[in-house]
Amino acid sequence: MMKQTLRRILSDHGMILVLLLLCAFFSAVTYSEQSPIGEAAAGQIAGAIKSQFGKAPRVLIVARDQSDDAAFAKKLDATLAAAGAEVLAVVKGEPKDARDALQKIAASGGRLDVIACTESTAAWLVFSDLKADFPLLGAPRLLKPQSYRWPNFLKSENLLNIANQIAVIAIVAIGMTMVIITGGIDLSVGSLLALSAVLAARFIRDYSGGVGASVAGMTLACLGAVIACGAVGAFSGGVITRFDIPPFIVTLAMMLVGSGLAYILASGQSVYQVPDSFVWLGRRASFFNIPNAVLLMLVLYVLAHGVMSRTWLGRYLYAVGGNREAARLSGVPVRRVLLFAYVASAVLAGLGGVIMASQLKSGSATYGNMYELYVIAAVVVGGASLSGGEGRMLGTLTGAFTIAVIQNGMNLTNVESYTQKVVLGLVILGAVMLDRIRHRQ
Amino acid sequence: MTQTVGMPVVSALPLIEMRGIVKSFPGVKALRGVDLTLRSGEVLALLGENGAGKSTLIKVLGGAHRADSGVIEIDGKVADFQSPQDSRDAGVAVIYQEFNLVPGLTAPENIFLGREMTRMGFVSREQERGRAAELFGCLGVTIDLDVPCRRLTTAQQQLVEIAKALAFDARIIVMDEPSAALTSHEVSHLFGVIRDLRNRGIGVIYISHRLDEISAIADRVAVLRDGVSVGQRPIGEISRKEMIELMVGRELKNEFPPRAASVGEPRLEVTGLRRGRAVRDVSLTVRRGEILALTGLVGAGRTETARLIFGADRREAGEIRLDGRVLSIRSPRDAIAAGIGLLTEDRKLQGLVLGHSVRENFGLPNLARLSRGGFVQLRREREEFGGYVNTLRIKVPNQEQRARNLSGGNQQKVVLAKWLARNCEILIFDEPTRGIDVGAKYEIYLLMNDLAARGKGIIMISSELPEVLGMADRILVMHEGRVTGEIADARTATQAEIMKLAIA
Repeated sequence: MMKQTLRRILSDHGMILVLLLLCAFFSAVTYSEQSPIGEAAAGQIAGAIKSQFGKAPRVLIVARDQSDDAAFAKKLDATLAAAGAEVLAVVKGEPKDARDALQKIAASGGRLDVIACTESTAAWLVFSDLKADFPLLGAPRLLKPQSYRWPNFLKSENLLNIANQIAVIAIVAIGMTMVIITGGIDLSVGSLLALSAVLAARFIRDYSGGVGASVAGMTLACLGAVIACGAVGAFSGGVITRFDIPPFIVTLAMMLVGSGLAYILASGQSVYQVPDSFVWLGRRASFFNIPNAVLLMLVLYVLAHGVMSRTWLGRYLYAVGGNREAARLSGVPVRRVLLFAYVASAVLAGLGGVIMASQLKSGSATYGNMYELYVIAAVVVGGASLSGGEGRMLGTLTGAFTIAVIQNGMNLTNVESYTQKVVLGLVILGAVMLDRIRHRQ
Repeated sequence: MTQTVGMPVVSALPLIEMRGIVKSFPGVKALRGVDLTLRSGEVLALLGENGAGKSTLIKVLGGAHRADSGVIEIDGKVADFQSPQDSRDAGVAVIYQEFNLVPGLTAPENIFLGREMTRMGFVSREQERGRAAELFGCLGVTIDLDVPCRRLTTAQQQLVEIAKALAFDARIIVMDEPSAALTSHEVSHLFGVIRDLRNRGIGVIYISHRLDEISAIADRVAVLRDGVSVGQRPIGEISRKEMIELMVGRELKNEFPPRAASVGEPRLEVTGLRRGRAVRDVSLTVRRGEILALTGLVGAGRTETARLIFGADRREAGEIRLDGRVLSIRSPRDAIAAGIGLLTEDRKLQGLVLGHSVRENFGLPNLARLSRGGFVQLRREREEFGGYVNTLRIKVPNQEQRARNLSGGNQQKVVLAKWLARNCEILIFDEPTRGIDVGAKYEIYLLMNDLAARGKGIIMISSELPEVLGMADRILVMHEGRVTGEIADARTATQAEIMKLAIA
């Protein structure tokens, strides 16, 4: 009974298991010393001060002049003040500044109880022999955040980074999954991604006021770019269904057309005249620290999963891929269903282009190079069959994450980028072989 | 053709002895201890309802499946077939219903595929052609050796398969439903070939649902039921009725249910239907509560006519009216919306999405009705299909079973459920009982009668004349794309009358 359940889980969600194993592997090899920084470090030290020094200790905060440390100092200052401690000074700078601050405190004749440091400022030589150097201060204790051991891979920043890195490919893969389920393929997504990025940037530059563009102006520009891609998809889909030409060839042609158009429209350069706020979609996080692009990806996957598993449209897509003639004779509007798949794929590629332009704060025709292959790899690793009729959205998401995790893990373990390509290629092959073996059973 | 009906050469030692063959699939025990003996120079007919385990048994013999337990002896030696290659090396050739020919290659290329005759490393076409011609000569047939096999007729392709078996000295030839797609003339020719094989000491296992054929060709009959062998008897010692009873395990009174036809006003009226050479000016009328049989030889244009009515192909001319209203049918979707359903001749290629579940197949033409706001109401779909599973007695372990794993009869019932749920006014059955066993046939006949009694119009395309005579109210005979005759009262018609119209 147990064994059978296990086998079912393995065969239904084999790729998830592989993904988890990969995560476990990279967690193990990146297991190392971590020290808290920023607000987390401030919270820890504030707690230590409160518990060890009772009411109203006198504190000096020492941080370097950089963003994490600034956040540390600000948070700690505020927390301590609220708890009734006396913060004599906040140093943000170099060892010399710390020495000056200590001397000032000593000169004013005050006692000092705690010097609150970050991991790096605690190691400054100025604090190495406080008793000898500043006898007037009493015996201040040096506090620094406690270090702990934790895998670099599993740090929340890294996990969010993985998700953010793969968001574009994963979103484009939604459309590709639909196309592949109908038994087709769309090679034009990489080019459409570039086209969309260039179009969005140009629309902003030319019509929405460039660097001073409003939110509405940017939204319209991006929408325009996505719709333009949709039109290209409708054209491909139209040619495929009307003239019965293999999708491979039609979308191969559109790949060249799209890429060429992107270069023409960008005049071979990067279009960067966009406002700073344009990066909102690609780089910002406005909800629980989850990057907006990742959030969008998750929402789209939930929607796509619903469409594929619950609606008649999803059924039609599967049926057309499973047996086109039987579907037609059952009254499925085969041409319209296929058209939908190619439009959806192109629209999502366009959306991917907008996100990428936002991430990189510019639009360039070089974006999305080879992306069609990564996207197809994600879909296939996710268990979809290139002969159509089979595949799941959640599988594709797993596939995309598998690829991202492998890339990220190799980056963390300092694997050379050429080697990474070799490994990635072999992993894709391995995943598909695994799927074959599983199906044969 | 040598039609020598001499005494078969029967040796004492059996060619094949299968004992206690057991084979299970997830959820199904297909074979539960089957025994089978085949002597050389013998034609053994393997009978059984769909799902009885015939296909599984021959796949075990052909090395496509491995038995869970049981022994296969060939010439008294235990054989362990790991692959089709092993079985082939042991002299077993299986000719499946779907031929194993590469459509783009010629007959000699197919015959020697994988065992090419070479001279100094190069394929020697002349040598292969010569040997192929010799083989076909032995079979008493001539086949164009230079055209790709896809251009040969089904009967010719079958002969290529037989020649292929002979080319590697097969001593056991298994034929799965060889006559299913053949005309009666081609069938009698095939029988000549089989008798010839028998006289050479080759053992033939012949699978068919057509009991007339079995009486004509077999020396012995083995019957399977629910994965068990229920009897092996010489042909002289078993009557047709007994064969059926052994197969279904109960007494069967009639092959066709009684029809109490009350035919009303015209419902479907088709005039001047035309497309190329296949359909030339066909007109027909189906009345309320009527079963109209459309018969003729294979290639007479019957299926093509049905496809035009259904919108599967575009018609060049012709008008289609339902209840007096002119329909503009440009696609199957239009036809279905108008209330016309088509049960295709080829269920696997055209009727079902084999890789999908039976429930999804059932839902496909009904999704618009079963959906609300774009979402399929899965519960309603399950309930409705569950109802049909019960009333049609579809044998499936659960609704998520893939259509591929069903027997022919059950597949046909799923297709039927699809159209019943659409509540079609006109149903076209194209060879509704092809490849279906006697028990399931009877059930499908009952359903057709029931539909007619509810006022629907039914067109039944069939090549089996007993079926045409047993079921139809009226018969249209087609020949070369034209309707060559109408028999207004099927009860008084004879097979000879129909054949006369079908040939000219």
